[in-house]
Amino acid sequence: MNTLVYDGTFEGLLTAVFEIYERKLYPVKLLKGEWRNGALFEEVIPVVTDDARASRVLRGLRKKLSAAGVQRLYISHMAEIVGEDCNVLGFIRHVFDSDQNIEEDYGNRYVMRLSEILKMVRREKHRMEAFVRFQKLNDGTFYAAIEPDFNILPLLIKHFKSRYADQKWMIYDIKRGYGLYYDLHDTQFIEMDFDEINKPVNVVAAYSEDEGIYQNLWKNYFNSVNIASRKNTRLHVRHIPKRYWRHLTEKI
Amino acid sequence: MNVDRITEKLNILADAAKYDVSCASSGSDRKNKDKGLGNASNGICHSYTEDGRCVSLLKILLTNHCIFDCAYCVSRKNNDIKRAAFTVQEVVDLTINFYRRNYIEGLFLSSGIFKDADYTMERLIRVAKKLRTEHNFNGYIHLKSIPGASAELMQEAGLYADRLSVNLEMPTEAGLKLLAPDKNRQDMIDPMHFINQAIIQNTEEKKLFKSTPMFAPAGQSTQVIVGATPESDQQVLQSANYFYKNFNLKRVYYSGYVPVLVDKRLPALNTAVPLVRENRLYQADWLMRFYGFHVNEIVDSQNPLLDLDIDPKLSWAIRNMQAFPIDINKADLQLILRVPGIGLLSAQKIVAARKFAKLGWDQLKKIGVAVNRARYFIICKSNEFERRDLTGQNIKQFIMAQSQSKYVRNIQTQLNLF
Repeated sequence: MNTLVYDGTFEGLLTAVFEIYERKLYPVKLLKGEWRNGALFEEVIPVVTDDARASRVLRGLRKKLSAAGVQRLYISHMAEIVGEDCNVLGFIRHVFDSDQNIEEDYGNRYVMRLSEILKMVRREKHRMEAFVRFQKLNDGTFYAAIEPDFNILPLLIKHFKSRYADQKWMIYDIKRGYGLYYDLHDTQFIEMDFDEINKPVNVVAAYSEDEGIYQNLWKNYFNSVNIASRKNTRLHVRHIPKRYWRHLTEKI
Repeated sequence: MNVDRITEKLNILADAAKYDVSCASSGSDRKNKDKGLGNASNGICHSYTEDGRCVSLLKILLTNHCIFDCAYCVSRKNNDIKRAAFTVQEVVDLTINFYRRNYIEGLFLSSGIFKDADYTMERLIRVAKKLRTEHNFNGYIHLKSIPGASAELMQEAGLYADRLSVNLEMPTEAGLKLLAPDKNRQDMIDPMHFINQAIIQNTEEKKLFKSTPMFAPAGQSTQVIVGATPESDQQVLQSANYFYKNFNLKRVYYSGYVPVLVDKRLPALNTAVPLVRENRLYQADWLMRFYGFHVNEIVDSQNPLLDLDIDPKLSWAIRNMQAFPIDINKADLQLILRVPGIGLLSAQKIVAARKFAKLGWDQLKKIGVAVNRARYFIICKSNEFERRDLTGQNIKQFIMAQSQSKYVRNIQTQLNLF
């Protein structure tokens, strides 16, 4: 068994694929992270990301998969789900080892797993489109903090940009320490020094005057539309798992 | 802004609107225009109430003053409750401010009928018009068509709203006569008919001129209350089928009657909400719309009621054992869709995947098939399959012994109440 360690980028992954085929490294295990020199991993092979090799593999993938198929592969990797690198790699190997396009070969475990990953990622993206709660700040910017299970912030750009075209907004992924900011023209990724912003004083002072009013109206509305005689807590929690509650105005 | 007064109004008028179960915000394709606010496309449920229903739209009545006296309705004329009315501007402000914070997909505006149908409809339209024209709001708007409103007003409503709906309320005319003596079924059907014609005409015009303005792009829907009157499921579903076929409805909603009023024509106040029956009706509805079932296959004069223990597809299957077993690696998609335990997406995956290699039980399970139900009805790439000659009743018992209904707990808590 060969163990490969790569830097976690998509280019790094593709470089690893190149190495595996060129050096016929099989069976193989793929790990994300920094390569450490030591006895802990005796036969670890570090993968040095190489753009030329990566793009050669990408060209190969493009020949064997549809454009949407390549994109699905990219999204599955970008979501950064722990422990899925081997399945993503297995999928890529299956692509290259077959003569035809295998995107719909759901009987194959890697194809099926990728479709499951994609479903999880899409659901998380959809949840964020639903559960983002903007708070209006003094300068007119609408700010929201999120803690999604997977890295889906880049997938949110299209939705929020076309919906909230006439207001400045920012969505910040607290877990991964970066955010998305829209300045009425374009979006960009940003990182903030959170110690400053997280101070309770700063947060409350930064809200616009009517923010509290609308938060209260929303909470009131949320309670009014409930039908007590139909109470169904199990269903409620299945739809909004508790880990999302801390950012939901109506559940705080 | 008088916050306390607005809050009180919102509480009263959201509470009164909540028995309208429709909350769909999908089916429209309104784009964000000129860098304005919002768009409407696939629909998002932004939150869920504690009863597990989705909150997608700001669903409120413009007012709960009403000149009608429908027995099933909290806002009926003779009910002694607090009344309130929003101004047009108040509804507009609430909608915009909720929308900007990503609380909602848009507005669902209904109203009690004050003065007359046209007067009420005109007010509803004014809200939608203001949102669209003055605030460049492109989010979802669902307007109620008030029964008896004139054709001109319906035409105008369609220009601003994404969806229009008239609630039939009772599945049959007799039921309506009994509980809503002021209402006339024809008054509900007329606007539905008008909107349907207008949508068809709009689609034709769009083919010729791309610039034709949209007319109710998300179509129309309706709602029937179930369990307030003694209609059978067969009557309910046949009536739904009639409206799907003749009026191109996007949705028929089934609302299990929640006892809120004392009236000798209605079930008593302590009657449980028919949650299971409601669920079975929706399942049957899905079978008609997505699974290629005809209404008469689901319910007929021998089986006028849906089986509450098992879902309607399983129920159909055990009545039609001659159709099974089917070979999952060969059968048409239409047949696979009829197997209990196989949903729409799984069926599509099966048909795609079997082109590569024949599928066995493990793979079916992975794909998402509920094998515990499907195994009695299919064969696949495996020597294991159901060899016993089981009757439908046997299968029903086996399946029920294995699975526990998600409703059991609910039923128990409901019984504990009295």
